[in-house]
Amino acid sequence: MSTEPALSVEGLSVEFRTRSGIVRALDNVSFAVNKGETIALVGESGSGKSVTAYAVMGILDPAGRVSAGRAMLGGLDLLAATPRQIADVRGRQIAMIFQNPRTALNPIRPVGRQIADVLVRHGNVLRKNAPAAAIEMLRAVGITDPARRAKAYPFEMSGGMCQRVMIAIALAAKPSLLIADEPTTGLDVTTQAVIMDLVSDLAKDLGMATIFITHDLALAGQRSARIVVMHAGHVVENAPTQELFAHPRHPYTAELIAATPDSAANLDELAAIPGSLPDLRRTDLPPCRYSERCPRKIDACAQPLPHGVPGAAHIVACWNPLPARIITTPTESAA
Amino acid sequence: MSDIAVTPRPEGGVAALIKHSRYIIGENPVTGFAFGLFVLIVLAAILGPELVPYNPLQSDTAQALQPPSLHHWCGTDQLGRDVFSRVVVATRLDFFIAVASVVLVFLMGGLAGVAAGFFGGWTDRIVGRIADTIMAFPLFVLAMGIVAALGNTVQNIIIATAIVNFPLYARIARAEANIRRDAGFVEAARLSGNADWRILGFQILPNVFPILVVQMSLTMGYAILNAAGLSFIGLGVRPPTPEWGIMVAEGATFMVSGEWWNAFFPGAALMIAVFCFNLLGDGLRDMVDPRRRT
Amino acid sequence: MTTMLDVADVSKLFPVGGGPGAWARLKRRFTGGVETLPKVYAVDDVSFDIAKGETVGLVGESGCGKSTLVRALTRLVDVSSGSIKLGARELALKPSRVFARDRDRARIQMVFQDAGESVNPRFTGFDAIADPLRRLRKLRGKALKDRVETVARQCGLPLQLLTRFPHQLSGGQRARVGIARAIAVEPDLLVLDEPTAALDVSVQVVILQLLQRLKREFGMSYLFVSHDLSVVRLLCDRVLVMYLGKIVESGPATEVFEHPLHPYTQALVAAVPRLHDDAAARLRLIGEPRSPIDPDPNVCRFYGRCPRGTDTCKITMPALRSFGARQVACHFAEEFLPQSKSVS
Repeated sequence: MSTEPALSVEGLSVEFRTRSGIVRALDNVSFAVNKGETIALVGESGSGKSVTAYAVMGILDPAGRVSAGRAMLGGLDLLAATPRQIADVRGRQIAMIFQNPRTALNPIRPVGRQIADVLVRHGNVLRKNAPAAAIEMLRAVGITDPARRAKAYPFEMSGGMCQRVMIAIALAAKPSLLIADEPTTGLDVTTQAVIMDLVSDLAKDLGMATIFITHDLALAGQRSARIVVMHAGHVVENAPTQELFAHPRHPYTAELIAATPDSAANLDELAAIPGSLPDLRRTDLPPCRYSERCPRKIDACAQPLPHGVPGAAHIVACWNPLPARIITTPTESAA
Repeated sequence: MSDIAVTPRPEGGVAALIKHSRYIIGENPVTGFAFGLFVLIVLAAILGPELVPYNPLQSDTAQALQPPSLHHWCGTDQLGRDVFSRVVVATRLDFFIAVASVVLVFLMGGLAGVAAGFFGGWTDRIVGRIADTIMAFPLFVLAMGIVAALGNTVQNIIIATAIVNFPLYARIARAEANIRRDAGFVEAARLSGNADWRILGFQILPNVFPILVVQMSLTMGYAILNAAGLSFIGLGVRPPTPEWGIMVAEGATFMVSGEWWNAFFPGAALMIAVFCFNLLGDGLRDMVDPRRRT
Repeated sequence: MTTMLDVADVSKLFPVGGGPGAWARLKRRFTGGVETLPKVYAVDDVSFDIAKGETVGLVGESGCGKSTLVRALTRLVDVSSGSIKLGARELALKPSRVFARDRDRARIQMVFQDAGESVNPRFTGFDAIADPLRRLRKLRGKALKDRVETVARQCGLPLQLLTRFPHQLSGGQRARVGIARAIAVEPDLLVLDEPTAALDVSVQVVILQLLQRLKREFGMSYLFVSHDLSVVRLLCDRVLVMYLGKIVESGPATEVFEHPLHPYTQALVAAVPRLHDDAAARLRLIGEPRSPIDPDPNVCRFYGRCPRGTDTCKITMPALRSFGARQVACHFAEEFLPQSKSVS
């Protein structure tokens, strides 16, 4: 693993102005993706996982504001960059694919043209060569008869095909980082498998880092080397996948696993997560946003959360985490 | 029960609507201004005839064609009647015409459109043909024709305005009903034992109504202009009834000779009223558009 | 076990592009022409039954016809052919247009996928639950209020939430309103169309456990439609797998998932993300499904995408054959049986 991460998010905090107050959507979110690595950002609705991606890409809703933090891509802080710098970087070094492929594509332009646009703008392809290059991209994402499909419009294609086109557009300029925001929600499970295979294969070929955002813990586990668990705008745990599933340390992670249908043999074994999300508009939110619903809460939980040792393999933002497994070698000590 | 949220109880129903309306009016000063103006117009319509200084019908030829002064704020017309009083009194008639037209077209067009959109088939075809026939005519010419055929009364102006606007309302209502025809809640209503006409009346119509209300405020402006236009060419209200349109028509002939106040003040009143209704329509749309809600 | 619902040879065909126009149809009435237009075979010759108190899962991907089948069963649309018997009564005879006023309307109810969509945005929770009670049970006034409150309590919905509108409720609360409305009239059969698809995983658990409890308490049968196999495995006794309008496999839920017999089911099960597996199982389907328009009745629907396809598959449509409690529509089903079983 190379030492410099492809993307390093440090202390990111985001607020939204709404009619009923300021929503503190993200609070001190930090994580990193190494070159060529695939990590997953997992959380339920309201966890802030998509907001994180949107903030990094600079496409937050106008009511949103980054109130603190950096997002270092190479040497550039994406959150402090000029619009010009961001426009250069988007597409060329960092790309994003979205949840609903059909609405993310331009409905009145043939898909081949949409890919060609990116190739010309970011891929250093001459305009006259772009159509042929676009057809090649379609072939690379597994669309049969690409020459014919390049002239098709999004509404003529199935959901799976549209998602492939979106992947083609995102990867046209061979970015070093791909953010995939729930790319397979709404797709059939067989299509999901094929699309995820495609993204993994392309990522390996291009040496591309991937941030995979999803609410599906099992899917995240299958496809990523490391999982970052988010809850109510906080990162609560950050660990390699197998480690996380075998030895979850944050109470929320353990509850999330216990609530996933795949983890139980019958319905009675499934456990619901106690309590509910706190209202993020409150000004009196405790430092740990899970503490009010946590069965392991102790007095220390009123203090600001521990930051974890930088570079540690397994980071937990908790004063009373579940016990780690037996430490067999010093290098495996948890944060 | 982990998902029973501890969210504060939001107000429902009327209280929420008032709070939401106050927010919209507060956020956009133009809407607030339009709303204030609307209230003023309504007051003028209701109380005007009682409060005006002069009898709008009383002529005093000795005082004919006097420019605006302290005695006559807007001057006098060719028969010595006070222009200001006539303009204010005319508010009631014009406002009545506007409201009546709009209510009539809402009932006709709204119901026909909703039925067409919901049932489809022959209902849709018939309503569509009727709307097409109406739209084939230049609308003002059609209004003229209807009033000329039925007679120069206020009722007929209202009917003509309603007919001319029918296609627009039918089209909007049809589109909204069509979208909701296969909505989950319509299927759920069928499962709950609701016959189609019940679904139309109690499920679809209440959802379509707010969108039509926005259109209604815009149509009010159009209705007044329509009535004014018809009166201008002699097909509408008859003299000596004060109505903005006739007043402009009669006063137009005096513009050349320099007595501008005859046509100007009723014209300005027309403009202000239509302007107000249009702005109000914008504000209502903001209020009704679900995307603006929390 | 007594059979609650008996579905036999149900087919639903849709004319492509909406069919001939009104004038053409009018003309045909006088000239007596025969309809030879292309049709989509959304549901093709489907037969199964549901016993009293049983939970049957229905899985399949988009385009398999499960939504159409469900709407036919709940009598929201008519079938093109076939029979739907609820107890002793044949339901397919009465047109769906008038079924809303039928005396047996209350016996089959449905919980929808998105409760936000399936509750009128202008109705409060109370109105939504009261609607079927007013129409089908003729309750009014205090009797109505008591019944609504009882049902809300059974579904774990706090009474003060009944005055709220759908957009003021959380996803889980909306789901409870949808369930309360469906069970208020005490149906014999409850069809659940992906009821937890739009919910977070933690809320999903609560709702599924609620559904389980309600089923036991009231002795209802469930038809649970879902694309989420892990959920179906937990909740359902038996499962039916549909592909392009036909049932390709059926059997006890755990068995079907552990030993799928039909190649499509095998691909489906292989594609489901599991917590303790990686994605190495590379049994993947290639290509697009066959066209549902006027399909050749002699060609297996899965031919072309199936990892194995032989000439037999092109010549003879595989029939749904029984192997004990399991049924499979594949010529090669015997090869996948856990141990050799005789054809029954």
